[in-house]
Amino acid sequence: MNNTFLILKQEYLKRVKKKSFIILTILMPFLIAGVYGLVIYFSIKDDTEERTIAVYDESTLFLGEFSDQGTTNYHFIPKEEYAQLKSKIKGSEYYAVLYIPGTIYTNNQAQLFSEKQLPFELTEQIERKLSRFIENDKRQKVIEDSGIPDLEDRLEKTKTWITLNTLKISDSGEAKKSSSVVAFIASYAMGLLIYFFVFMYGAMVMRSVMEEKKSRIIEVIISSVKPSQLMAGKIIGTALVGLTQVAIWVVLGGVGLFIVQGFFSPESAQQMSQSLMESQGQMNPAMAQAAEPNKVMEIMEMVGNLNLPLIMFSFVFYFLAGYLLYSSFLGAVGAAVDNDEDSQQMVFPVTFPLILSIMLLFPIARNPEGSLAFWCSIIPFTSPVAMMARVPYGLPAWELLLSMGLLVLTTVGAIFAAAKIYRIGLLMYGKKVNIKELIKWLRYKN
Amino acid sequence: MELFEARNVEKVFASTKALSDVSISVQEQSIFGLLGPNGAGKTTLIRIINQITAPDKGEIFLNGKPMTRADISQIGYLPEERGLYKKLKIGEQAIYLAQLKGMSQRDARKNLKYWFEKFEIMGWWNKKVEELSKGMQQKVQFITTVVHKPKLLIFDEPFSGFDPINANLLKEEILNLKKEGATIIFSTHNMGSVEELCDNIALINKSVKIEDGPTDAIREKYKSNIYDIKYRGDFKNVDLALGTAYEIISHSENQKGNNLKVQYLNGNSNNDLLHALMQAAEIISFEEVIPSMNDVFIKAVQESNKN
Repeated sequence: MNNTFLILKQEYLKRVKKKSFIILTILMPFLIAGVYGLVIYFSIKDDTEERTIAVYDESTLFLGEFSDQGTTNYHFIPKEEYAQLKSKIKGSEYYAVLYIPGTIYTNNQAQLFSEKQLPFELTEQIERKLSRFIENDKRQKVIEDSGIPDLEDRLEKTKTWITLNTLKISDSGEAKKSSSVVAFIASYAMGLLIYFFVFMYGAMVMRSVMEEKKSRIIEVIISSVKPSQLMAGKIIGTALVGLTQVAIWVVLGGVGLFIVQGFFSPESAQQMSQSLMESQGQMNPAMAQAAEPNKVMEIMEMVGNLNLPLIMFSFVFYFLAGYLLYSSFLGAVGAAVDNDEDSQQMVFPVTFPLILSIMLLFPIARNPEGSLAFWCSIIPFTSPVAMMARVPYGLPAWELLLSMGLLVLTTVGAIFAAAKIYRIGLLMYGKKVNIKELIKWLRYKN
Repeated sequence: MELFEARNVEKVFASTKALSDVSISVQEQSIFGLLGPNGAGKTTLIRIINQITAPDKGEIFLNGKPMTRADISQIGYLPEERGLYKKLKIGEQAIYLAQLKGMSQRDARKNLKYWFEKFEIMGWWNKKVEELSKGMQQKVQFITTVVHKPKLLIFDEPFSGFDPINANLLKEEILNLKKEGATIIFSTHNMGSVEELCDNIALINKSVKIEDGPTDAIREKYKSNIYDIKYRGDFKNVDLALGTAYEIISHSENQKGNNLKVQYLNGNSNNDLLHALMQAAEIISFEEVIPSMNDVFIKAVQESNKN
């Protein structure tokens, strides 16, 4: 026990004292926030490229109607110029050439020529312009034909957008505002986090074992301590590194949330959401109308309404159990191989269920009550990721307990199997090891 | 008194027998040589002593009691394939390794200081292993083996990979440790060091112990009636006088006197040989040739392979 503690301490301090650990732990949240920030920034940023699009309007419907929008200008050209330009856009002043055929009114088709891949926004913008114009035109005709004088106003009033306020009834009968979007994001994020943690720290254990074997210090170490003590110390020490990291992030996150809450006081939240609505307004005026102004506060409330204590508890549980399961396998792999190439080959089959679960994370998070989600979250090898993706939505207690129980049993079994492989593998050099060989080792007596 | 004993130890790996019915006993404060060709089973025996592997059959005793896990802190082990943590500082990892052997951090630091100063390597304390040469690493490895003052020291091929200066240092330190009360078991292929250091040996070949006992007695046992003789006189006369009862192995002449190596065949004695020689030449010296450990090793192994 004393030895296990010594090893644990050594492994823990060795990693936590590393500069790279400190820097990474502090920078990681900012890095992630930064990446998401950039993605959001670029997706809402105004398109600043100056473009001129040549328009040849065969239908003659649009004359004068095609207004410039943002930095995109439209320039009408005659047929002859169009014929020339179509074959030679390169070198001309135009970014693209829009051909509006005479048949547009009936078959709803137009063509846009370009020698470049066109941005999605641009094609969407043109489609919207064309559609809105034709639609208005058609409607105008219907209104005129009907002979009802204020039909246009009356039709305008029929436009409707219903906002669905999702409320979740808790066991005590209390209704809480929930949001499937918030739950989805939490679900996806939790699954990803578990995956990264289990993989990262499991691989860390494997590398640590391999380092001892490759540097040949291992024989000295196991002449002082039992291999099982060595492995236990290593795995627990590394787990504590992971928990330290999570604890630092929770503290950083708490401080961050505090600052954000101060920043988003009700007034500033209103401002913020108004500007948010404005940008959305272009897309769908009906929706903007329906949305309440203090949307940010509402999201905060929805986050608060997630079962955070259960999520935290499940996260720590599934991280520890999943990590123990995979790190004992990876530790055994590290002991069995004596070079990097062999370890690469062995890591894949061992971690395959984990990789599978991350590939299935999206469908699981989207449909947390489906049979895929159910089975993946019950089967122990995929359950750490899959169950974490389900927890934010809430689920029956028996499913959670069954999943946890199975995972614990499997993990205990895995530790015993891994300890055996580990002990045999440590002093085995120069032997090409594969899964079949490892299974043979499991059958060795004592 | 016996410090260590292995009784009827047997170990089988998959299909190959590594040790069959091997027994050795090691006297307290002595140096014991474990000899044998590659693959004979020496390292397996050493790992069994260190409780890295368990024997299939047989028992091992320390101080007359069956050895337990707790006895491990009384052993210092320098394996044949030895290493250190590459990224850790020397001092730090030496303390860690000593702690794993049950020392407190304070004692470890104190003892390490003594050894580091003795080997004049105090300046390396904060260096990483990857910055040191192989010879430097060997010194550190030796220190980490002896720092917890073990009663029993086990060196597996300690001289392999050592340069002559370090090998000599190691030899001196092994003798010093013995003087201070330690018991030492070492395996080696360096037969010169066996003659110099070992009080007793055991010779293992193909998993079986084929010879053991005091080093001198074993060499004595393998002598084969060969004599080194210095004389003044004519070789022709000597040759004639010895006749067919003796075989001349080698002969050389120089100004100080002639040298002759003779083996006598069965039924003769030293006096017979001397008598025959005296009639032909003036004898300066007469000495029986004791075979080197090298010769003993080769002879014993070859004989055992024939059977």
